[in-house]
Amino acid sequence: MPHTKLRRLVTISVAVTLGATALAACGSSDDNDSEADSGPVSLTYWSWTPGMDKVADLWNKGQGKKDRITVTVKKQASGDTLVTKILTAHKAKKAPDLVQAEYQALPTLVSNDALADIAGDVDGVKDKFADGVWQQTTLGSDAVYAIPQDSGPMMFYYRQDLFKKYGLEVPGTWDQFAETARALKKKSPETDLTTFSANDSGLFAGLAQQAGAKWWTTEGQKWKVGIDDAATQKVADFWGGLVKEGAIDNQPMYTPAWNKALNTGKQIAWVSAVWAPGTLTTAAPDTKGKWAMAPLPQWSQGESVTGSWGGSSTAVTTDSKHKSAAAKFAAWLNTDPAALTALAKEGGIYPAATTAQTSDAFTEPPAFFSNQKDFYTQAADIAKTTAPSAWGPNVNVAYTTFNDAFGSAAKNKSDFGAALKTMQGETVADLKKQGFEVAE
Amino acid sequence: MTSARRKSYGVKGAPYAFLLPATILFALFFALPIGYAVWLSLHKVQVKGLGLGAGARKEVWAGLENYTDSLTDSQLLDGAVRVLGYGAIVVPVMLGLALLFALMLDTDRVRLAPVTRLAIFLPYAIPGVVAAMLWGFLYLPDVSPFYFVLDKLGMPQPDLLDGGPLYFALSNIAVWGGTGFNMIVIYTALQSIPAEVYEAAKLDGATPLQIAIRIKIPMVAPSLVLTFFFSIIATLQVFSEPTTLKPLTNSVSTTWSPLMKVYQDAFGKGDIYSAAATAVIIAFVTLVLSFGFLRAANSRNKQEAAQ
Repeated sequence: MPHTKLRRLVTISVAVTLGATALAACGSSDDNDSEADSGPVSLTYWSWTPGMDKVADLWNKGQGKKDRITVTVKKQASGDTLVTKILTAHKAKKAPDLVQAEYQALPTLVSNDALADIAGDVDGVKDKFADGVWQQTTLGSDAVYAIPQDSGPMMFYYRQDLFKKYGLEVPGTWDQFAETARALKKKSPETDLTTFSANDSGLFAGLAQQAGAKWWTTEGQKWKVGIDDAATQKVADFWGGLVKEGAIDNQPMYTPAWNKALNTGKQIAWVSAVWAPGTLTTAAPDTKGKWAMAPLPQWSQGESVTGSWGGSSTAVTTDSKHKSAAAKFAAWLNTDPAALTALAKEGGIYPAATTAQTSDAFTEPPAFFSNQKDFYTQAADIAKTTAPSAWGPNVNVAYTTFNDAFGSAAKNKSDFGAALKTMQGETVADLKKQGFEVAE
Repeated sequence: MTSARRKSYGVKGAPYAFLLPATILFALFFALPIGYAVWLSLHKVQVKGLGLGAGARKEVWAGLENYTDSLTDSQLLDGAVRVLGYGAIVVPVMLGLALLFALMLDTDRVRLAPVTRLAIFLPYAIPGVVAAMLWGFLYLPDVSPFYFVLDKLGMPQPDLLDGGPLYFALSNIAVWGGTGFNMIVIYTALQSIPAEVYEAAKLDGATPLQIAIRIKIPMVAPSLVLTFFFSIIATLQVFSEPTTLKPLTNSVSTTWSPLMKVYQDAFGKGDIYSAAATAVIIAFVTLVLSFGFLRAANSRNKQEAAQ
């Protein structure tokens, strides 16, 4: 009968339509519940730290049970990828309650109105952190946009055995560092002290920070970009000079070739941060126990300043319906001794909270550095000397320009100063394009 | 309500009802996203003051600004030139090899044809990113077995990840992965040529080489056109090979190919508006080039048919 056929047809088309709508609606399911703060609250937390779910379990079974706040961790990709994801989710007003964000990403997130000011909910938390670390979460205002989680104070790593073999001294200043590189080239032309890598902007930013650079500052309602300032020029010229004369290598880090160079002693030092033991464990497994850590070389004798490379914070989003509850968890996660010990154990992070840096979790050196008993005592001392950093709303643009400009400068062994100018120019141009006022 | 009326309604509505699912899916997953991309490409973000806090960012109308910016951007132009150079190597080499292999497999005296066919086709089954990573490892002097052998033999060791050789290194990945697929397309066309054509040629005293050049190649011309068409599109959209090799060398910039520039703008710099404009331009160029080629090929066919 025709009309039953028609009816079946209509049913099918409706089913297909509904199916299509359901497909289109995928990925936009609401994670927030709409209950008031007094009732049980459940929060979603985007983080890339391994083992974060176990740390959240500690909360859910302890403090969180008392306060009736449950936190669910959703594992995410790290760094910039997550920033993009948060911004996209925020566009749809569906960002999770809590997010992990690197310090340099905070201005970008705040500028997109994705992070909530939680100053009212985190009284007394400030004292747990070094000023240089805390200042990154306030962006120089009275607001608090995140709680510091981990930090990456920079250090100098070297092959103790090979330094002895080639008769090299651990450099205390950058001049001595250059001399060491040249001396090594003379003794063993095939060996490099280290490489200048253009594929991780964070390293260069940290080195500039140590030299006293302030890449983004504000003047009234205007941003001032100081990427091409005297301090950064000094750093760029120093590394550019070493690459040009062939005293160090110019190939990128984190490649199979780099791993091999570290593993076979073709490269015998690495300017890195406190998390380096983890990287070396996988990159150069055969060199266990042969490395040592020392403070970063200084620009002038007798100084002790370091930069930071990496490190992240926990932030509450503007889309969260339970900002106070979320802030409570963020504060607990990054200041409670039990939470910090769990973070260090499960996530392998170096906590930003100063008391945690000398806690029980850090009495033993990392397994890869078992020869250096006081690894974490030294690390805590170095962490105290971290120079303040100054991030702006388009760090991502400066960073990608760095990759290309310094990549080609390293390849051609050409002027690093020109690459720095490109970086400054592109960053300012992008700010202006977005409509920011820029002080010249 | 009479049953006649109902019947006429049913007959009239049926075609539309049949079309409905396809139309809805087309609109939802094709027309709508394209429309949204075009809409995005005509907008931009406008920031007030320091740009911090609520309401500091507004989406405003940009007109054709993103398009003019994109078209005058030297990075995009450089990327397009690089891709042209890459395509000039990939397309002729890949299709030439595909045709050669197909013709060789189609000769009478070939042995182990199924195994050989599979062996040539197999690289196509390997995901592009995996293939690029595999080759990337082989290109790195410090870890590559090739360089080890060259070193032992005392032969020169070219840096494949720099300058001109980089184009060959990238093209090699595409040729390695794509030849098998194109070969199968051409080979299938060869198989459908009726046997009596060959018999006639043999009776006329044609050698196997003459048969290949005078009969087989002209008869598989439509397949050659098709594979050429696919190859042009794949070349214009090259993304995964250079992106995978990028971390291994300073020579591949983040904007090496036009699509990498789109990716970089959207997810590196967070500027989806310019990225949308550039994407629309690339789509347009791809459309013009590929359909322009198809038209040219078709009109030639028609001319030949008329003669």
